[in-house]
Amino acid sequence: MSKIADASTIFAEQLDSEDLLGDPIPMWKRTWKRLIARRSGQVGLGLIGFMFFLAIFAGILAPYGPHKVLIGEKFLTKRAAPCIHALGCPSERPQHFLGIDGNYRDQYSRLLYGARVSLAIGFTTVSFALFFGIILGSVAAYFGGWLDNLIMRIMDVILGFPSFLLAIAIVAVLGPGIQNALLAISIVTLPAYARVTRASVLTVVKLDFVAATKVLGGSHKRILFLRILPNAITPIVVLATLGIAGAILDAAGLSFLGLGAQPPMAEWGTMLGSERNQIFSAPHLVFFPGIAIMITVLGFNLLGDGLRDALDPRLNS
Amino acid sequence: MLGFIARRLVVSIPVLVGILIVTFALARMVPGEPCKSILGDKATASMCASFNKKFGFDRSIPEQFIIYVKQLSKGEFGNSIRYSRPVSQILVERFPLTIEMAFFALILATVVGIFLGIVSAMRHNTLTDVSTMVAANVGISMPVFWLGLMLAYLFGFLLKDTFLWLPPSGRLTAGLASTPFYVAWGWDVVLSSPLGKFYQFIANHYIFNALITGDWVVFNDAIKHMILPVVTLATIPMAIIARMTRSSLLEVLGRDYIRTARAKGLMERRVVRVHALGNAMLPVVTILGLQMGALLGGAVLTETVFGFAGVGRMLVEAINARDYPIVQAFTVIIAVSYMTINIVVDISYSFLDPRVRLQ
Repeated sequence: MSKIADASTIFAEQLDSEDLLGDPIPMWKRTWKRLIARRSGQVGLGLIGFMFFLAIFAGILAPYGPHKVLIGEKFLTKRAAPCIHALGCPSERPQHFLGIDGNYRDQYSRLLYGARVSLAIGFTTVSFALFFGIILGSVAAYFGGWLDNLIMRIMDVILGFPSFLLAIAIVAVLGPGIQNALLAISIVTLPAYARVTRASVLTVVKLDFVAATKVLGGSHKRILFLRILPNAITPIVVLATLGIAGAILDAAGLSFLGLGAQPPMAEWGTMLGSERNQIFSAPHLVFFPGIAIMITVLGFNLLGDGLRDALDPRLNS
Repeated sequence: MLGFIARRLVVSIPVLVGILIVTFALARMVPGEPCKSILGDKATASMCASFNKKFGFDRSIPEQFIIYVKQLSKGEFGNSIRYSRPVSQILVERFPLTIEMAFFALILATVVGIFLGIVSAMRHNTLTDVSTMVAANVGISMPVFWLGLMLAYLFGFLLKDTFLWLPPSGRLTAGLASTPFYVAWGWDVVLSSPLGKFYQFIANHYIFNALITGDWVVFNDAIKHMILPVVTLATIPMAIIARMTRSSLLEVLGRDYIRTARAKGLMERRVVRVHALGNAMLPVVTILGLQMGALLGGAVLTETVFGFAGVGRMLVEAINARDYPIVQAFTVIIAVSYMTINIVVDISYSFLDPRVRLQ
C-alpha cells in the first residue's frame, strides 16, 4: 500500500512542477542540438559550409574567370599538369593549382565557379520537386477517391522507369541544356515527395482535430497548411536533403553525357565529360572535378543522415 | 497468396499502359523529324514523303499508337531507321552485354554489401564498423562515371606492366572472338527464325557461352574485361545495401525476442544467423528492386566510360539520332523489365513477411 502512496506523491510533485507548465524547447532547437552533437551532422555541415564558402567567394579566391582563355601565357601547354610553386614547380612558370584544361582555361578557377552551379542545381531541383510533390501528395490524400487514384497512378508510371533513363529521355525531348536537365530531374524525383506527403497526410487526416476544424467551419486549405503539413515535415526534410545530393549527381551524369550543362559552362560534370578521352594523358582534368562532386554530395548525404537520426522520435531521451 | 499475386499484377496494368503511352509519346515528342535526322538536312520533300509513308509517320497519331501496340503484342519491334536492320536483331546483339554486366554487378553488390553490413552491425561502433560506414558513405557520394574512369586509369594505365593490369575498354581483346555454342557444337540453326534469334541471344552472353563450350581462353579474357565495369557499377548499390543491412540488423537486434534468445544462452552467432537475420533482410529485399533501376541507369554511364556496346549507350545514341523504333523498343523493354523485377521483389517480399500478404 505504501508503494502506491509513494507513487501518487511522486505524480503530485511532477504535476506541480514548473517543467510541465513551462514552455517546451521548440522542436527545431532540439533537432539542431542533436544534429550538431552527432559526427555525421558535424562533418556534413562542415563540408557543405566549405562548399558554400567556395561558391560565395569564388570571385575572390579564383585567380581567373571561369571562361578566361589563357592562350599566350608563357610556358602554357594544353592540358598542362598542376604547377604549384610551393611544391617545387619552377617559379618562371605561372602557377596553376590544378592545371590547365583542354581549352587553355585554369581548372582551379573553373572548379570554384562550378561550386555555384552545382549548389544552385541541387537547391533548384529539390525546391521544384518539393513544391509540386507536396501539393500533389496532399491533394491526393486529402480529397481521396478518383483524384487520389489518378495522381498516384501517374506517380507509379514515373517510378516505373529507371529514374536516370527517364531523365535522359525527357532531356532528349526538351533538348540538351542545364534548365531542361533541371526540369527532367525534378520530374523524376517528384514522386518520392508526393508519396511521403500523401502517407503523412493520410495518417493525420483521420484524427479528431481535423474533424473538429471542419465542424467549426475551417476551409480545406486552412486545415492542410496549419494542421497537417507541419506533421509531415520530418520525413520530407530528410528526403529533401538527400534529394539535393542525388540531384547534383544526376545533373553531373547528364552533363557528362552531353545532355545537361553545355560547354563552356563551368559545371563539374561537363568538365569531366569533355576530358574523358584524355584520362590517360591528363588524369588531373578528370580527378579533380570528380573529387569536387564527391565532397559536395558527401556533405549533403551526411547531413541527411544526421537529420534523420536527429529527428527520429525513437531516439528521444 | 494467389490473391496477393493477382492483386499485384492487376495494379501493374495501368502502369504498363502508362509506360506504353509515355514511351510512344516521348519518341514522338523529340523535336525534329526522323526524316531529316536519318536522311540528312538535304532530303527533299518528296524523299521525306516516301520515307514517311514507308515508316508510317504520315498516319494520324492515334493510328500510329494502335499500330505500335499491335506490333508490340506480336513481338515485332520494327526496323531501325538508322541501321535498316530489325530492332529485335539489334536487341539480341546488345542486350546480353548489359544483362551480363548488371547480373554480375547485382551479385557482387548483394553478396559483398550484405556481408559488410552484417559485419558492421555485429561489430557495432568499433573501428571496423566506422571505417566500413565511412567507406559506404563515400561510395554513395561518388559519381559512377568518375569511379569508372579512375579505375580505368589505375588498372589500365598505372598498373600497365604488372600482373594487376586490367583492360580499360572493350569486351574481348582485339583478335579474339567468341564462338557461339551452336557453331561449336555443330548445330544447324536458322539464324533468322525466332528460335535462332533466341540461340543468338544466349550465345551473346560471352562469359556463359564460353563456359558451356569450354573455351577457356575466351572465358578468361571476357571475365578480365568485365571486372572493371562490374566493380564500377556495383560500388554504389553495394554501399547502399551495406548501410541498409547494417541499420536493419541493428534495429532487429534491439528487439525483445533477441533479448530472450540471448538470455537463453544461445551463442551470438546463432542468435544472429537463425533469429535476427531473417527479419533483418526484409527491408534489404525491398530495396533490391530499386537497386536494379539504379543499375540500369548506371549501366548507361558505365557503358559510355568503358566503350561497351550495350543497350544503355545504344538508347542514348538512338535518342540523339531520332531513331524512333529503337528508342521505343529499348525503353519499353527496359521499363517492362524493371517493372517485372519490382513485381517479383514484391511477391517474394510477401513470401518472407506474411503480414504483407494479409493487407
